[in-house]
Amino acid sequence: MTFQPVKFYQTGTFTVGNRLLPAETRSVQANMRRTNSLNSGHRACQGCGEALGARYAIDAAMHATENRLIAANATGCLEVFSTPYPETSWQIPWIHSLFGNAAAVATGIAAALKVKGRSDVRVIAQGGDGGTTDIGFACLSGMFERNDDVLYICYDNEAYMNTGVQRSSATPPAARTATTTLGNSFNQGKNLPWIAMAHGIPYVATATIAELRDLEAKVERAMHVRGARYLHIFVSCPLGWGHPADQSIRIARLAKETGLFPVFEAEHGEVTSVSKIRKKLPVTDYLKPQRRFAHLFSPEVRTDLIARIQEGADRNVRKFGLIEN
Amino acid sequence: MLKQIEGSRAVAEAVALCRPEVICAYPISPQTHIVEALGEIVSSGRLAPCEFVNVESEFAAMSVAIGASAAGARAYTATASQGLLYMAEALFNASGLGLPIVMTVANRAIGAPINIWNDHTDTMSQRDCGWIQLFAENNQEALDLHVIAFRLAEELSLPVMVCMDGFILTHAYERVDVPDQAQVDAYLPPFNPRQILDPAEPVSIGAMVGPEAFMEVRYLAHAKQSQALSLIPRWAGAFRQAFGREAGGLARSYRTEEAETIVVALGSVLGTLKDTVDELRESGGRIGVLGVSCFRPWPFAAVREALAGAQRVVVVEKGMAVGVGGIVSNNVRTAISTRPIPVYDVVAGLGGRPITKASLAAVLQRAMTDDLELTTFLDLDRALVEKVLRKEREVRRSGPIAEQVLKLKG
Amino acid sequence: MAALSKVALICVKTTAAAASRMTLVFQIRIHGRGGQGVVSAAEMLSIAAFNEGKHAQAFPSFGSERTGAPVVAYCRLDEREIRVREPIMHPDALIIQDPTLLHQVDVFAGLSPSAYILINTTRSFEELGVADFVRGFQPERLCTVPANELALKHVGRPVPSAALLGGFAALSGLVSLESVAQAIRSKFSGRLAEGNVAAAAAAFKHAQAN
Ligand SMILES: Cc1ncc(C[n+]2csc(CCOP(=O)(O)OP(=O)(O)O)c2C)c(N)n1
Ligand code: SF4
Ligand SMILES: [Mg+2]
Repeated sequence: MTFQPVKFYQTGTFTVGNRLLPAETRSVQANMRRTNSLNSGHRACQGCGEALGARYAIDAAMHATENRLIAANATGCLEVFSTPYPETSWQIPWIHSLFGNAAAVATGIAAALKVKGRSDVRVIAQGGDGGTTDIGFACLSGMFERNDDVLYICYDNEAYMNTGVQRSSATPPAARTATTTLGNSFNQGKNLPWIAMAHGIPYVATATIAELRDLEAKVERAMHVRGARYLHIFVSCPLGWGHPADQSIRIARLAKETGLFPVFEAEHGEVTSVSKIRKKLPVTDYLKPQRRFAHLFSPEVRTDLIARIQEGADRNVRKFGLIEN
Repeated sequence: MLKQIEGSRAVAEAVALCRPEVICAYPISPQTHIVEALGEIVSSGRLAPCEFVNVESEFAAMSVAIGASAAGARAYTATASQGLLYMAEALFNASGLGLPIVMTVANRAIGAPINIWNDHTDTMSQRDCGWIQLFAENNQEALDLHVIAFRLAEELSLPVMVCMDGFILTHAYERVDVPDQAQVDAYLPPFNPRQILDPAEPVSIGAMVGPEAFMEVRYLAHAKQSQALSLIPRWAGAFRQAFGREAGGLARSYRTEEAETIVVALGSVLGTLKDTVDELRESGGRIGVLGVSCFRPWPFAAVREALAGAQRVVVVEKGMAVGVGGIVSNNVRTAISTRPIPVYDVVAGLGGRPITKASLAAVLQRAMTDDLELTTFLDLDRALVEKVLRKEREVRRSGPIAEQVLKLKG
Repeated sequence: MAALSKVALICVKTTAAAASRMTLVFQIRIHGRGGQGVVSAAEMLSIAAFNEGKHAQAFPSFGSERTGAPVVAYCRLDEREIRVREPIMHPDALIIQDPTLLHQVDVFAGLSPSAYILINTTRSFEELGVADFVRGFQPERLCTVPANELALKHVGRPVPSAALLGGFAALSGLVSLESVAQAIRSKFSGRLAEGNVAAAAAAFKHAQAN
């Protein structure tokens, strides 16, 4: 494909990546020849964490594969906002089949590439948390178990956003959605990165849109591994979570800094690195700015529920060793 | 080369000769022997290059086939019954995307009650999913239809289902002529896809289409499938020339010359019907058979033409639309809607109930004298059914239906 | 023997229908138990007939073939293409792989007195308690073969199907022992094949002497 050098207006900002750095350490997004795989003009909400995460992830994957990449996409916000008929934002070969089969479609693509001897072309599958942890779970597990040469990226905005913010199995305790109007129950949870690790696949990582350089690095690393890989990206959703559009990155950072969303890497089922928390913050810092948790603070402060959420965060801190000692 | 082999093996040999590049396998009776044989052929190195993917469900099987086909590989899978329903969403997707996947369906009933034996409920339930549906009369035709199916699918860029009766054909040993590789290669050129996921020329496949263009996209699917009505006879003709035998086509008549009564059917029951009709002819009955090989697209003109001389039509079918009656019969009625002749519907062989010559002869004799209800259930135990219905009227907690039937039967 | 006389009655009714069959198809029904190779026997018989240029069709009764459960398989032989797909209700020959089925399953259903009967047993028809039933049958078409014992001797396991096919070849003359051996070799390989071929040959001899 041909490249159009991209103009940057936010020189020096965190988003684009600091171009004053030496070339090798610059982010993919700072590169004038970045592919803009998910091009501008799509229909995502302002401040959509999923759009941001996908752009960084796919451009990084393109960079790592020298632009030889094919993507399979599950139904969901990312698919809908990126391909409003008759336009498409995708600058890469891309297929959307169904809500629950992205991993299997990617397996098929990988199998086709293998028979055709195209080991240079790599495959990613991507979907939202619903398409990953719920309806697409069986296909995902099958792809892991066979160790197919696919990187699966889950954009976790903790609910079914495309259909209007309904609960998914990734919706956190107490969060209000259109189908948990009193706040989600405190379930046992479904920790997909952990489940992915249980398959013993070569690479599992989590990331957030608050640390985009880390996200890019993990995608690069994933693309240099063969076999099934899983990347779980925490992406804020201003519409579904009820926070201002300009707070998306801050909310994501708070998810990590409170310990609610551990950021780590694992190889063959073993945790190999953990992003430490710089300064541990109470979960209320994270919960308060989001309307989906407003009922925890008014008409009365639900200290009981907040305490349980804090317990979960503290458990993560212990489990992953999130704090430098 | 003539061989005495199992139907499933014959199909596997045919599929292997078509050089599929990706095969997805998930087991369900009575399809198992087909994918097992293919697995063996692939691991022996006889079919290469080919990726044999053991998937975790039929939904994944079809999805892997979708991915593979979109990436330019010739893709194949096989299923039956519950498995076909489990992939229903992906079936519509494959045809909607225009991906030329070929799939064998070893026809089997759908539960509940769970039943592994043959009827056509599975493929009939998916008759409107946009796939071409071809039905095999015997194992030779099952074999041949796969070769034709790949040719047709790739020419049209549409998926094709080859339907063969589970157990009755899949598990039957009979004589088949297995073509050689050169013959198949000459008939079936390498896959040249209309669309492909290729980094050198990126496209988006499967984008959302709104009200402004959806009608047009769907119309094109209809138009494309309708093109099969002219392509299928053409490829059947080419097949006859290349392989020296009949296979496929839209519909085939048997002893319909001067037939007042024509029996329409699909699949392996045609053999039993032909023998039955031979006997009825022997005793002076003016009766013939029309075997429909292509059920989707529905060959209106071919059926109309084949039934032009008939005074009545009997449709023997292994499926039904609950609350309506026959499915094939309704299609037949639309084909001959301008002629006011009776179309009798005989629902037969559900869940593997044997369809015997004796029962067929009896029902056809009644049809020939117009002494038949419009919808009949062949060899139905009416007394038993009445007993169950009576009990349901009398007792509120009458219990599970299947259990009652079995108890009363025992 | 109340059950058997009922069977016999059915037979009288059906022989007329059987006689009016137009084609000269020969139909064999094989009864046995899951694990005994009942389905393979029908398949091998069809291969043996195919080897001699006949049309043949073999198919199982499609039950859930768990080990030990009664299983039925069918085989039709003809000089021309076989189109009919119904189960065999009026067999010209019956092969019974397990005599314990005689009093459990209606193995004789639809049988005419002109039929062949081959039973895997060391006992006689009298000892098996079916002498009354076969009274009107042609004695030269009734035969027993100790197929389990022959299989044990030649194969090492009591798998009677190949031996019975050898016996059937001798009894009916429909297929040659060579064709049966060839069919066995197309299903099995190596020592297993040779053992089964030997068992079939021994059964052939036994049946001829019978
Ligand atoms: C089989 C099926 N069931 C339901 C839907 C409706 N549906 C489409 S997208 C979606 C929600 C997607 O949620 P998620 O995967 O979390 O992605 P998000 O939109 O949040 O990014 C749902 C329920 C569908 N398309 N297909
Ligand atoms: S609803 Fe959420 S995920 Fe969907 S486009 Fe808007 S911000 Fe993004
Ligand atoms: Mg979501």
